[in-house]
Amino acid sequence: MEIVVCIKQVPDTTEVKIDPQTNTLVRQGVPSIVNPFDKNALEAALQIKEKQGGRVTVLSMGPPQAKDALKECLAMGADQAVLISDRAFGGADTLATSYTLAAAVKKLGRFDIILCGKQAIDGDTAQVGPEMAEHLGIPQVTYVAKIDVADEAVRVEREHEEGYEVIEVSMPVLLTVVKSINDPRMPTVKGTMRANRAEIPAWTLSDLEVEPERLGLKGSPTQVRRIFTPEQRKQGEVIEAATASEAVAALVQKLSEAKIV
Amino acid sequence: MYFGLTEDQKMIQKMAREFAEKDLAPGVQERDEAHKFDRALADAMGELGLNGICFPEKYGGADGDYLSYILAVEEISKVDDGVGITLSATVSLCAWPIYAYGTESQKEKYLRPILEGRHLGAFGLTEPNAGTDAAGQQTTAVLDGDHYVLNGSKIFITNGGEAETYVVFAMTDKAKGVKGISAFILEKGMPGFTFGKREHKMGIHSSITMELIFQDVKVPKDNLLGKEGDGFKIAMATLDGGRIGVAAQALGIAQAALDHAVRYSKERVQFGKPIAANQAIAFMLADMAAKVDSARLLVYRAAWLKDAGQPYGKEAAMAKLVASDAAMEVATDAVQIFGGYGYSSEYPVERLMRDAKITQIYEGTNQVQRMVISGALLR
Repeated sequence: MEIVVCIKQVPDTTEVKIDPQTNTLVRQGVPSIVNPFDKNALEAALQIKEKQGGRVTVLSMGPPQAKDALKECLAMGADQAVLISDRAFGGADTLATSYTLAAAVKKLGRFDIILCGKQAIDGDTAQVGPEMAEHLGIPQVTYVAKIDVADEAVRVEREHEEGYEVIEVSMPVLLTVVKSINDPRMPTVKGTMRANRAEIPAWTLSDLEVEPERLGLKGSPTQVRRIFTPEQRKQGEVIEAATASEAVAALVQKLSEAKIV
Repeated sequence: MYFGLTEDQKMIQKMAREFAEKDLAPGVQERDEAHKFDRALADAMGELGLNGICFPEKYGGADGDYLSYILAVEEISKVDDGVGITLSATVSLCAWPIYAYGTESQKEKYLRPILEGRHLGAFGLTEPNAGTDAAGQQTTAVLDGDHYVLNGSKIFITNGGEAETYVVFAMTDKAKGVKGISAFILEKGMPGFTFGKREHKMGIHSSITMELIFQDVKVPKDNLLGKEGDGFKIAMATLDGGRIGVAAQALGIAQAALDHAVRYSKERVQFGKPIAANQAIAFMLADMAAKVDSARLLVYRAAWLKDAGQPYGKEAAMAKLVASDAAMEVATDAVQIFGGYGYSSEYPVERLMRDAKITQIYEGTNQVQRMVISGALLR
């Protein structure tokens, strides 16, 4: 079983600040992590490998420091990792990103399952996984909450707001997973030390068979006009009570709990 | 001089921090209130490989260095130092002497299961009448054919009752005094080896502390650690390393108290401004930070010396002395900054102040550390 997991290094905070002048993310001082949903994808891959045997390869497109994220994946138990990094890939939207990643998957050779997180916590588009499947011409199932691998097929549960769908799909296949699928393992000390010694190859433009005009900013039809944090609206609270004096008592109680009075 | 950590050290530090925040932080208050030792947490640390950080792969370790292990104890102790001492007692006080003095078959039988995270370890030296004066051992071991017969008891034993493996000291020849002490490896469940009462302590409630009782315990000759009469030497060498572990625990407490105090003093508003805007508070924080950092430098240096294969007994004593005093002082100041809330168990600094006290006492009181340091100076 050849399993490929695509991961993204993202800033670690729910309060990503945006520079109001340039409309770009302020990355300074914000530590980077592996996108949490991608960790679920890796955990799913490791569990499949533990049951079926095989190899788990982690791919990431990003700047050189994304190697740290790949190291973390190796520490968790991935067999190998490849960074895809080149200035020519910079500024890519989801279309150019998925095109580049698909080219990297083709270069890896044979694969049975590609796993992605349902979306990245910074961009939140949920598009890269599905677009990769399209570039590769393989089936896809999104929002997967359970995976059972049989000989030639994969049976998955696809999460909905009202329940789940059971889908059987042939391999090779691309699956994007939700948080509830598993609880990603912590890296072990030995895994960590091994990961630190591992060589992570970095593939550049010259390593991939791609059309240069479909890469990076040039290959990205999406244009960001403006990014802003919507103003948080505070919800008011209505105190319901039988009498006015009871309502006042409840209000004073709340104010004193909040240490306002 | 280079003050940075290696990639390995940074990653182990990060990993221990994540474990502490994810698995230890949610239950820390409950464990403190209920005096709850949670074996599952010790096992989780074992599974992650924290027991084996600084031992060779040959025995199931990770081939890392002592400083990496010290960083892990510090990170864990920042969140729950009772769990930190559980790790430190297993690694420094039980695994280490078996690694340093054990035979190959002892290492295979007793060291490997600890390093692979399947067993916990403990160290039995202290007796009711042999604390600082470790030479006053009353536990005896008498050779009888192919085994020794142990009689006596040990008190205040961290991981007692929970550990599978114990390094225990006993008199094999009273006439020889200190040179008549020998070290043995005992297993939980050996006939005659039982546990007394669980100690009810001021702090470190998430660790377990028990009395060990030996009644005609037959210990195979193969379980003698080192040679007969080596016990005192083994105990002292073990405590030299153990002190760096306690120092790391103290450092974790001190850092946690400082972090809480900084956060609180920026949030707590009195007279219309955060209390941190008062120099009376800001200067306290500055002094606390300076104490924490001076402790950290001493702790890391002691670990670094051990890794470099250089003598570290005096430096480990200094690290333990300074770090435990820093923990006590910084935690006390943190309670002061929190005011009335600091005295309440609703906030963590109250626990940190109770937990800090023991670090000035165990694995050699700070008075003993001064004996070690001055002894080295005046040699």
